Amino acid sequence: MSGPITLAKAINEGLRKALEDDPKVVIMGEDVGRLGGVFRVTDGLQKDFGEQRVWDTPLAESGIIGTAVGLAIRGYRPVCEIQFDGFVYPGFDQIVSQVAKIHNRSAGALRMPITIRIPFGGGIGAVEHHSESPEVYFAHTAGLKVVACASPSDGYWMIQQAIRSDDPVIFFEPKRRYWTKGQIADEAAPFDRARIVRPGRDVTVVAYGPMVATALDSAKLAAEEGHELEVVDLRSLSPLDTATVVKSVTRTGRLVVVHEASVSHGFGAEVAARVQEKAFYSLEAPVLRVGGMDTPYPASRLEEDWLPSVDRVLDTVDRILEY
Amino acid sequence: MTTAPTAEDALGGPHSHHIVHVDPEPDMVQLLTPEGERVENPDYPLEISDDEMASLYRDLVLVRRIDSEAVALQRQGELGLWASLLGQEGAQVGAGRALRAQDMAFPTYREHGVAWCRGVDALTLLGLFRGTNLGGWNPNDNNFNLYTIVIGAQTLHAAGYAMGIMRDGAVGTGDPDRDTAVLTFFGDGASSQGDVNEAFVWAAADNLPMVFFCQNNQWAISAPVTTQSRVPLFRRASGFGFPGIRIDGNDVLASLAVTRKALDDARSGQGPTLIEAFTYRMSAHTTSDDPSRYRVAAELETWKLRDPIARVRSYLSRHSSIGQDFFDAVDAESQAMAEHVRAGCRALPDPDPLSVFDNVHVELTEELREQRNDFARYLASVEDGSS
Repeated sequence: MSGPITLAKAINEGLRKALEDDPKVVIMGEDVGRLGGVFRVTDGLQKDFGEQRVWDTPLAESGIIGTAVGLAIRGYRPVCEIQFDGFVYPGFDQIVSQVAKIHNRSAGALRMPITIRIPFGGGIGAVEHHSESPEVYFAHTAGLKVVACASPSDGYWMIQQAIRSDDPVIFFEPKRRYWTKGQIADEAAPFDRARIVRPGRDVTVVAYGPMVATALDSAKLAAEEGHELEVVDLRSLSPLDTATVVKSVTRTGRLVVVHEASVSHGFGAEVAARVQEKAFYSLEAPVLRVGGMDTPYPASRLEEDWLPSVDRVLDTVDRILEY
Repeated sequence: MTTAPTAEDALGGPHSHHIVHVDPEPDMVQLLTPEGERVENPDYPLEISDDEMASLYRDLVLVRRIDSEAVALQRQGELGLWASLLGQEGAQVGAGRALRAQDMAFPTYREHGVAWCRGVDALTLLGLFRGTNLGGWNPNDNNFNLYTIVIGAQTLHAAGYAMGIMRDGAVGTGDPDRDTAVLTFFGDGASSQGDVNEAFVWAAADNLPMVFFCQNNQWAISAPVTTQSRVPLFRRASGFGFPGIRIDGNDVLASLAVTRKALDDARSGQGPTLIEAFTYRMSAHTTSDDPSRYRVAAELETWKLRDPIARVRSYLSRHSSIGQDFFDAVDAESQAMAEHVRAGCRALPDPDPLSVFDNVHVELTEELREQRNDFARYLASVEDGSS
């Protein structure tokens, strides 16, 4: 692919490639057909692949996931779009009790190659239920793989890897970065590996999805003050590439974890627990977390205060360096 | 003070919902009376030979025997739990025998009779109830899906499978070996679940090749069907836009004929049907349940007179050339089945503790391998310490 494209377009191209590569791949969800999705991620796919491959479902999330399970049993490879993060909950039971467990329940006889795409996170000035970060509910569920793309290149490659996976994948897309452009890499990186997106020696900053850009912006400013932040994009939350994070922390001695989701019982807690277990003697300071408050996601006029920002990340970096 | 009459008044007063019964004299399809007399129904003509009738009798007896043996095994501590199908054999055997080889069945956790008709060994069902596995069979071996415990969830899987059948071009071709339908089971309690209603929506919207088979056994654990619905359950279908029909769920012939017709319709592209099999759960919800806390014995006595097996035996004895030899042979086979279930159950091996890590994902992840190794080390250390 020549020239930079947006994340939304990159995922669209990845979906197109997946539809071309495997006739069993089908795309289903609310408004994904003629409209091309509310974020246009499936734009043009129904037109080019037909209504038997890309279709609009009735408006019921449990039905979307539950019918995907049946399609998978019949040998299909469904890609479900959940229109917004906060609307995944009506489908939660089918994801947690069926999609995640059927391979295990069948002693391996059945596979659930289902990809569930969820635009997640805030920062777009939306009304309630349109800005949530529900990734930990799924990362806590055995049997699911949970990933978040942060760049157009990962959007393009990771969606194809998710669809090819014989395990079910919850695929989080940072909706506020849909319009950010980037170059597509020539080949895919390993699906379940974290990536150091900016090397640095002073503090490791771990992020995923929409917070990777925030962490990189923070690192740029910190560098002006003489602090070199190493930014790690986790990419895969479950399984979690602990080794890459631990290796980084072994070098820097300091770890800050950034995510939009509320901090308590959040993904940062898991990262912190693993790092203290594996790199206890390398730590120069307690692991610190930057995230949403332990409150419902606020009204949009307050979201920029609520969400982790460059300033809040740098404030935390200052604290961890002073320790 | 006077007020205008309300809908509740029309139904017998503001508290009437506690005593209103759902259609106490249901108009339902019956082809064999409780006394064992054939009834003709022009909409569901059924040509059935004596041998075919005898074969259904055998199914019914063996299925009941599997069930009673499993209950006994639970009482002996060999099974952790069992969900008895007692009283529902007619509904299940009729529906099960209406399926063609290529059709797919999506059961709840009580469809032992359907499992039998699909050729699933009774022992295969026991792992789940003994606790040696979580199901563990391959649904594609016998076109019989895994038991699903979350109430109603399987109806959506059935709808999705039917969508796959349509995309495979296996509907309405006229080829009896190609055209395929899905039969999904659920109960009166499940009729309240969102998933079941969503499955109705999908089936209607896409005209899916599927049949919804609701065994209304009158009780969802302790809740009578009046807790779920003010209208007979089969009438729910009309609001979604497909036909619903009520059958005598204790009449194996009605179940066979009506399900066969509904599956034929589905395979030929005429869309879904809801069948409400009006039956009765003669036993407890499961072996952990005590129905004496919530229902009266007299109800059971009434339903005993409608037994699904007695009427077939009565028919065969009075109207066929089937002789005592046949009944003796079925009894002997039934005894052998009980011994197979009993011995096979006790022989089911306890799984290896480390097997919990199998089949979580298609391939063991690195982090699970690490956890598995830690657990193995711990298990070995405990073993060493105790020896």
